[in-house]
Amino acid sequence: MSSITGGLADTKQTAASPIRSSLWRQAFRRLRKNKLAMAGLAFIVFMFLVCFFGPLFSPYANNKINPAIMNQAPSFKHWLGTDLLGRDVLTRLLQAGRISLTVGIASMIISVIIGSILGAVAAYYRGIVDQIIMRIADLLLTIPSLPILFILGALLSEWKVPVEYRMYIVMLMLSFVGWPGLARLVRSQMLTIREREYMQAAIVLGLNDRRKLFNHMIPNIVPLLIVISTLSIGGAILSESVLSFFGLGVMPPTPTWGNMIDAANNLIDFEQHPWLWIPPGVAIFTTVIAINIFGDGLRDVLDPKQKK
Amino acid sequence: MAELTIAASEGITPQQNAPLLEVKDLKTYFPIKSGLFNRTVGYVKAVDGISLTLQAGETFGLVGESGSGKSTVGRSIIRLTEKTSGEVLYKGNDLYNMPEKELRHLRPKMQLIFQDPYSSLNPRVRVGDAIGEALLNHGLAPKEETRDRVLDVLQACGLSSYHIDRFPHEFSGGQRQRIGIARALILNPDLIIADEPVSALDVSIQAQIINLFRKLQMTRGLTYLFISHDLSVVEHLCSRIGVMYLGTMMETAPRDELFTHPLHPYTKALLSAVPVPIPRLKRERIVLKGDIPNPANPPAGCKFHTRCPYATDICRQLVPEFRHMGSEHYVACHLV
Ligand SMILES: Nc1ncnc2c1ncn2[C@@H]1O[C@H](COP(=O)(O)OP(=O)(O)O)[C@@H](O)[C@H]1O
Ligand code: SF4
Ligand SMILES: [Mg+2]
Repeated sequence: MSSITGGLADTKQTAASPIRSSLWRQAFRRLRKNKLAMAGLAFIVFMFLVCFFGPLFSPYANNKINPAIMNQAPSFKHWLGTDLLGRDVLTRLLQAGRISLTVGIASMIISVIIGSILGAVAAYYRGIVDQIIMRIADLLLTIPSLPILFILGALLSEWKVPVEYRMYIVMLMLSFVGWPGLARLVRSQMLTIREREYMQAAIVLGLNDRRKLFNHMIPNIVPLLIVISTLSIGGAILSESVLSFFGLGVMPPTPTWGNMIDAANNLIDFEQHPWLWIPPGVAIFTTVIAINIFGDGLRDVLDPKQKK
Repeated sequence: MAELTIAASEGITPQQNAPLLEVKDLKTYFPIKSGLFNRTVGYVKAVDGISLTLQAGETFGLVGESGSGKSTVGRSIIRLTEKTSGEVLYKGNDLYNMPEKELRHLRPKMQLIFQDPYSSLNPRVRVGDAIGEALLNHGLAPKEETRDRVLDVLQACGLSSYHIDRFPHEFSGGQRQRIGIARALILNPDLIIADEPVSALDVSIQAQIINLFRKLQMTRGLTYLFISHDLSVVEHLCSRIGVMYLGTMMETAPRDELFTHPLHPYTKALLSAVPVPIPRLKRERIVLKGDIPNPANPPAGCKFHTRCPYATDICRQLVPEFRHMGSEHYVACHLV
């Protein structure tokens, strides 16, 4: 969109009017000063790098079964031990991280796209369109999402969906329960902003719809959307883990943090082979916490009224 | 600039001799919804039959207590709030009877200054963009010229050129109100409706902003509809004043006439509350008892009778006519 200050300021910059940094840059600067949020971000980045590149350096092939070395405790050869099929736990943990992070992020992106479009459509057209979209969203919101996911997961097993597709179907399932909250948020945010006095000023100025939408409404929704999307990745990772733990999500041999914990689903393994469930448990816990801390930091930082 | 002004009002045909703004028996009712089926159970009669004419260059002050419907009058005139009945004519053209697109092109000519300088500026839009965007959006100035136009108007409103790249939250309330004025002014409007533009500001800042309004009026010959709950605010700014109560006009008169010969008891009450540094006229102190009644259920007869010290039986039954008392002085009261 045409900006007077940005575009034209470049050529006419003087000492008296230096180009002032954008709100995004200011927010980024504030973010860098927020130590906790940066620690969260650093951990997330670390998790990504380790999960996506770590396995390349592992001497053990993924899913390579070796009954000769089953259930070995951590050692120099197998840092986190081996599981009941003799697979290296560390290698599987990192492979699982790839899947869990990918599922979490992909399902967030899908639900943000669906939720934003439906929420915006509902807020824009109002009336019957709004009613239909929001009643469906409300219905999905009132039923707790885990039971829905359990039922869907059980159906998938019933229909014998091939194991290699289940990862993608789990993404869609998580989006299915994720979009209503986002649609509701986007809709209410759009309606709130529409009532703001600066939108009334936009009417008085006679601005056209495109300018109202792209220069006034969307810039005020995007920051909130970024925060909520970030936080929802954590939720999606948790849901995926729970589903996979109960054998209703991504199925072995494809590893995820959730189904790795499931390997220790009996008391003997739980007590005697803690390396089976502690590493994936810690991975889920720390990743979700890091995402939430980072999301909270973003929330603090994206408000333009905040100085420093 | 002359041809740009014409471009903006293209589509309407200004009637010869028509006043700039003519409001005829304007009514704006807000439905009160209630119950299971959201039925309309009544109406808030925010504006209940207001007529008023503004000639180009005139400054009209609209006063009345909070809740008397002043803002709704201003908003209904520019179609920010839809009226219920009556007519609003801009240069003889009915604003409520024209296509959406035509209205949008006409909008720059009628600007509103909001009461709250905080919420009326988008926190994510730089001051320069906020002021210049309408100019660009309407194609009223080429892009290369826009920045200079913004700088001009910033200066005219008492702001500095380096403010152009700042965000609203970096400004004080008074400065923000200047930005709001600049945003309106850059469009060369024929009419500026100012809805209590100083009531959210510190008293020390109020005078500065009022002086800005006055300076702009004198240098640019603007037409104002200046809304205030405080007579002393419009006293130095407006050539004609109207006093509103519960959606109805009680009295209109030229400024000096109103201040020296107020006729309506409500006007007298408002005047007696204005602190006078020099007691140039002896005013009887009239203290209004009670609160302004609910506009959903206004008193019958004269709407002011529940609080009027002079109310008689006829006041409770008959609506007083809005009568001309000579020298452009109109009043609605049985007593005069
Ligand atoms: N959008 C609205 N919906 C319902 N009632 C409204 C609305 N706007 C104003 N009112 C009511 O109309 C009356 C007049 O309000 P307003 O025009 O804001 O008065 P003033 O500006 O003189 O204080 C008040 O009783 C107010 O509650
Ligand atoms: S008409 Fe009666 S009640 Fe109304 S202002 Fe006049 S004297 Fe008072
Ligand atoms: Mg008001």
